[in-house]
Amino acid sequence: MKFPSPRVFVLRGVQAIDPSQELDAEVDVVVENGVITRLGRDAAAGFQGPSGSGPDGTIEIDGHGKWLLPGLVDLHAHLREPGQEGKENLESGLFAAAAGGFTDVCAMPNTRPVNDSPLITELLLRRARELSPVRMHPIGAITVGQKGEELTEMAALKEAGAIAVSDDGRCVTSSALMRRALEYARTFDLPLIQHAEDHALTAGAEMHEGAVSTRLGLRGWPRVAEDIIVARDLILAEYTQARYHVAHLSTLGAARLVREAKSRGLAVTAEVTPHHLLLTHEAVMGYRTACKVNPPLREEEDVEALRQALADGTIDCVATDHAPHGPADKDVPFADAAPGMIGLEICLPLLLGLVKKGALPLGRLVDSLTRAPAKVAGLTAPRLAESARADFVLLDPAYRWTIDPSRLVSRSKNTPFAGVAVEGRVELTVSAGRIAFAVAPAAAEIR
Amino acid sequence: MHLLGIDALSREAIVRLLDRADTYFNAAREAKASSAPIATSRALAGRSVVNLFFEASTRTRVSFEVAAKRLGADVVNVAAQASSVSKGETLLDTVKNLAAMGTDVLVMRHPASGAPHFVAGRTPLHVVNAGDGAHEHPTQALLDALTLRRHKGRIEGLRVAICGDILHSRVARSNALLLGKMGAKVHFVAPRTLLPAAADELGAHPGDIEVFDDFDMAIRGVDAVMLLRIQNERLASLSMVPSTAEYARTFGLTAARAAALPDGVLVMHPGPINRGVELAGGVADGARSVVLEQVEAGVAVRMAVLESLFEAAA
Repeated sequence: MKFPSPRVFVLRGVQAIDPSQELDAEVDVVVENGVITRLGRDAAAGFQGPSGSGPDGTIEIDGHGKWLLPGLVDLHAHLREPGQEGKENLESGLFAAAAGGFTDVCAMPNTRPVNDSPLITELLLRRARELSPVRMHPIGAITVGQKGEELTEMAALKEAGAIAVSDDGRCVTSSALMRRALEYARTFDLPLIQHAEDHALTAGAEMHEGAVSTRLGLRGWPRVAEDIIVARDLILAEYTQARYHVAHLSTLGAARLVREAKSRGLAVTAEVTPHHLLLTHEAVMGYRTACKVNPPLREEEDVEALRQALADGTIDCVATDHAPHGPADKDVPFADAAPGMIGLEICLPLLLGLVKKGALPLGRLVDSLTRAPAKVAGLTAPRLAESARADFVLLDPAYRWTIDPSRLVSRSKNTPFAGVAVEGRVELTVSAGRIAFAVAPAAAEIR
Repeated sequence: MHLLGIDALSREAIVRLLDRADTYFNAAREAKASSAPIATSRALAGRSVVNLFFEASTRTRVSFEVAAKRLGADVVNVAAQASSVSKGETLLDTVKNLAAMGTDVLVMRHPASGAPHFVAGRTPLHVVNAGDGAHEHPTQALLDALTLRRHKGRIEGLRVAICGDILHSRVARSNALLLGKMGAKVHFVAPRTLLPAAADELGAHPGDIEVFDDFDMAIRGVDAVMLLRIQNERLASLSMVPSTAEYARTFGLTAARAAALPDGVLVMHPGPINRGVELAGGVADGARSVVLEQVEAGVAVRMAVLESLFEAAA
C-alpha cells in the first residue's frame, strides 16, 4: 500500500519523546524534504512554508494529546521472501512494520533459499526499496545454507548490504565453528547474532520444560539449553573480542550471564521479544499452537527477570521475532505446528501496557526500540532532532482497541494476543520523510 | 460428548463411570461363572464405532471392540500410519472422511500429545482418547481405579506406587490425576532420567504425589504397586537407562521384593509386561497380581464410557 507523501509536515503541540535526545516535551515539528528542520516549543509558529514554494504538498497535524517517537527499529523479523510468500512477503511484511511504527526492519536469513550470498542480499534490498519507505536491512547467514558447516562469504555479504550475520532458527553449536565465525565476523566488524539453543538438549522439544510440559505430555525445551550456549559464547566472545548479540533471550539464567559479561565491559548485546515479556508457558495449556514459539514461553520468574533486565539495560533492545505462519502450519496438532508468532503490528501497543503497569519506564522502552537496536546493527538511529532524517511515528497513546488478527495487515494471523485489549495506536509512520503508514484521518489531511 | 482425559472429569463423573462399569463387570463375571454367554445390550445398536489407531495396540483396541460389540454397536478398525509429513492435514482429513461416512464414535490412539483434543470439535464425532503421546490414557486409569476399588472397597485414602518410565507414560499421568481426584496418594519412583520436570505437580492437588529415588522406600506402606513398561532399546539409546539388568535390580519388582510386601498389596501392570525387567514373571502370575483382572475391568470400563457418550449428549 502506498501513500502520497507531502514535501512538508507541520506537527503542532505534539509530545515528542526521544531519550537519545533527552527529549520529552510538547513541541512543534517541521519536516521539509525528508529532514526535520524545526523542532521545539512553538517552533512552527512563524513557519510560512518552505522557501521558494507554496503551501502545496504540506500536511498539517494537530499533535495535541499525541506522542511522537523516533521511528522504531526491529532487529529480528522473518519476512519469508524469498520462498514462503504465502506466509509473508517483503511488501506485506514491511507494511506490517510500518503499521507497527517501524522505519527499519532487519530481515533474518532463514528464507528459501537461505540468504547466504550477496546475490540474495542485493535482490532483497532492491525489491524492498521499490516496495516501501521502510528500510529493510538483510541479515546474512553465518554458515552456508545455515547448515553449521562452512562460513559464508561475510565480506561479500557486508558489501552487498548485510548488517549482521545469524543462523537464526539454528544455533551454531560447534565451539570450534563458533570461534571461527566470531573471529571472521569481527574482521569485518559484523555483529554475530546467535540463536542460543543446544540442539542436543532440545531434540523433539515442543515447549518449555516444566510443570506444564509435564502435564501436557509435551517434550521439554529446558532453560539450560539456552544458558549453556550463552555461557560458552560469552567465553568465546571475550576471547575473540567480537561483537556478539543474543537473539530472543528467554531465560533468567541467560540474563544473569549477560549482566555479568557486561559488568566486565564485553561488547555483548541482547534482545528480548514482546511475547517473552508478557506470556508464560501456562498460555500453552489447551495445546494452543499460537503459543508454540522458539525459544518457548517460559515461567513467571523468567518473565520477571527479563523485564528487570530490559529495564536496567542488561537487555539492550526489544525485537519482535515476527514469524508469520498460515493455518497449514498452525491449525494442526501441537506436535506438527511450526514455532513462531507475528509481532510487528502489536509490539508497541502491547509493551505500552507494561509501561502503564509501571514495569518499564517509557524512556527505556523507546530507547530499546530505537537507539539501542540501531546501535547493535550499526544503523543510523532514527531521532527527533533538527537536521535529522525525518523518521518518526505518531501515536495516540489513549486510543483503546482490541487486537483482531483479521484486521492486521500481515499476511499471516498467528498471534496469541487475539482479543487482548491494548491502549495506544500508531496513526502515522514516516520514514525519511515518506509516509509508510497512516490511519485514514491523518492521510486525508494532506492538502 | 468426548472422553479426552481424566483432567476434564469431575470426581462425581468418575464415580458414575466406575459404578456403571462395576455392573458390567459383575454381569460378565456371573455369566462366566455359570458358563452362560455374556449378555449383549442394545444400548448402542445402530451406532458405529471406529477404532483409529496410529500406534500398534492389541489389548486396548480389542478391548474397545469387545466393549462396543457388547453394547450392540458396529465396529470398524483402522490401523493408520502417522506419516512424518503434514501429519495434521492427513489426520484431520482422515477423521473428516470417517465422519462423512456417518460414523458416530472415534476411538483414537495417536503418538502426538493433544491429537484427540485437536480432532474433537472439528467433526461431529464423539472422540474417545485411547492414548495420546505422553499425555493421557483415561480408560486405562478408569480400569485401574475399578480394579483397585473392587479389591479395596474404596479409592480414597489409598496409597499407590507408580514405578518406572513416568517421563513417557500417559498411564502414569492419567492415574496420578484420577487417584488425586479421588483422594488417594501416589508414590512415583523411577531413575531421575525417567522422571519429568515437576513430576510432583502431576496430581490433582498439591501434595497428591511424593517422588522417591529408592524403590524399597517407595513401595513401603502402599496398597498397590503399579509397574510401567520399560522400552529397553529406546531408553538405552537415549542414555536414560544403561541396562535392563541394572534396571531390574534397582527398579524392578523382583520375587524377593514381592515376597516382602504385606498381604493384600496388589501388583498391577498396564501391559504388555517385560517379564524379568520391571516385573518378575513369577510375580506377574502370582497371587497378588491383578493384571488379568485389569484387562477384564477394561472391557467393563469401556462399555460404561461408550454408553455415557450418548447419554450426556442427549
